[in-house]
Amino acid sequence: MKEQSLVSDYIPILIQLCVAIGFVVATMLATHLIGPKRKGANKLESFECGIESEGNARLPFSVKYFLTAILFVLFDVEVIFMYPWAVNYKTFLHEMGMQGFFSMVIFLSLFLVGFYYIVRKGALKWE
Amino acid sequence: MSTIFFLGYKTILVTMVWGISLLIAMYATLMERKLAGFLQDRLGPDRAGPFGIFQPLMDGGKLFFKEEIIPNDSNKFLFILGPSLAMFTACMTSAVIPWGPDLNLFGHTIPLQIADINIGVLFVFGVVSLGVYGVMIGGWASNNKYSLLGAVRASSQMISYELAMGLSLIAVLMMSQSLSVKEIVQQQHGINWNVFYQPLGFLIFIICAFAETNRAPFDLPECEAELVGGYHTEYSSMKLGFYLFAEYINMFVSSAFMAAVFFGGYNFPFMDKIANGNLLAILGVAVFFAKIFFFIFVFMWVRWTLPRFRYDQLMKLGWQILIPLSVINILLTGGAIMLKNL
Repeated sequence: MKEQSLVSDYIPILIQLCVAIGFVVATMLATHLIGPKRKGANKLESFECGIESEGNARLPFSVKYFLTAILFVLFDVEVIFMYPWAVNYKTFLHEMGMQGFFSMVIFLSLFLVGFYYIVRKGALKWE
Repeated sequence: MSTIFFLGYKTILVTMVWGISLLIAMYATLMERKLAGFLQDRLGPDRAGPFGIFQPLMDGGKLFFKEEIIPNDSNKFLFILGPSLAMFTACMTSAVIPWGPDLNLFGHTIPLQIADINIGVLFVFGVVSLGVYGVMIGGWASNNKYSLLGAVRASSQMISYELAMGLSLIAVLMMSQSLSVKEIVQQQHGINWNVFYQPLGFLIFIICAFAETNRAPFDLPECEAELVGGYHTEYSSMKLGFYLFAEYINMFVSSAFMAAVFFGGYNFPFMDKIANGNLLAILGVAVFFAKIFFFIFVFMWVRWTLPRFRYDQLMKLGWQILIPLSVINILLTGGAIMLKNL
């Protein structure tokens, strides 16, 4: 198993970063320079299916979306905790036997208790 | 190996991977339209060149020559940043995918992978999560109600399915004991593919991949019947092109990732019979691309077969079905590995 990555292993990613940024910037500049420019007051208005636009779009929106984002942060952190365990799972089994499995069962049941709570609270109800 | 040689071939490899992903994304648009035509009993584009093969070039060129409209009410900087970020993240994910077995040229061993890092899987997840910002920033900066609705829908959909996606991969990592994509591929030598051990994990992963790339049946962020164009309603010229194009590149890269992690990557049955290393490498690349094309085909097949989900159904599937299912999958895998090893 590859234990460690050297800093030099990441240099190709840096090259890819440069290629990607270069491509994006070059294309954005090209399309800005090539395309025609015929601006008009009506053309630059926000699109609202042809009728006169009504106010601004900086509106409050459903708090459900915000709640979903908060729950995502909570659960994603718990998922990240499982990654090191998953990678070392077989080592744990060799070193401490069944404990390597059942400690994660406890963690997962706590995860599911939290999950059950938010489901019962109706945090995931969209109807 | 000398530093200059290393930098040189890595640069060539990066450019090739970038070029190939752009080319495949371009021709995936044609393939999609041809396939849609076939499934709906019509011809699809056939005017530009024989069988319409110049259609993607024409479409791309047209987008360059279109007027670039930045609405007065929008935040100019963020408006440009949105599509740029979407394209940028789409171009970055391919860095950790091993395209084939090592090649031997001029006495050097050349791995056909841009960067073999020991956190490859996490790199993919990290970059994919950044993709949410492209959609969110673009939709919000447009200052248009349709765009805003599309953007909040898209971002809450993408983060919801990211959870199940991360969980479904944990079971694979428990078997592979490594986060390096190359390591995971090497362990699936021959026909020892992960999908035979993780059918449920694969199913969850492919559903999440559909949702992450905003493809039907999860294309609610841009459902034309309700939201005009969703988060890219206000976009025109190549900025719109970037959003559409990034979707196809993401489709290509997630097909490649699924082929690598679940379907053995460049491994194929009876590969030990081939003694010549370079021949094996070339065949491996061909096999890998065949698998990728198969998955791209599945993406399109699903899009033109299934109707769109309703938003509450989408959230219910993501949170209340896929997440518990992937937890059960982890427990089953853990139990099976424990029984085998103790």
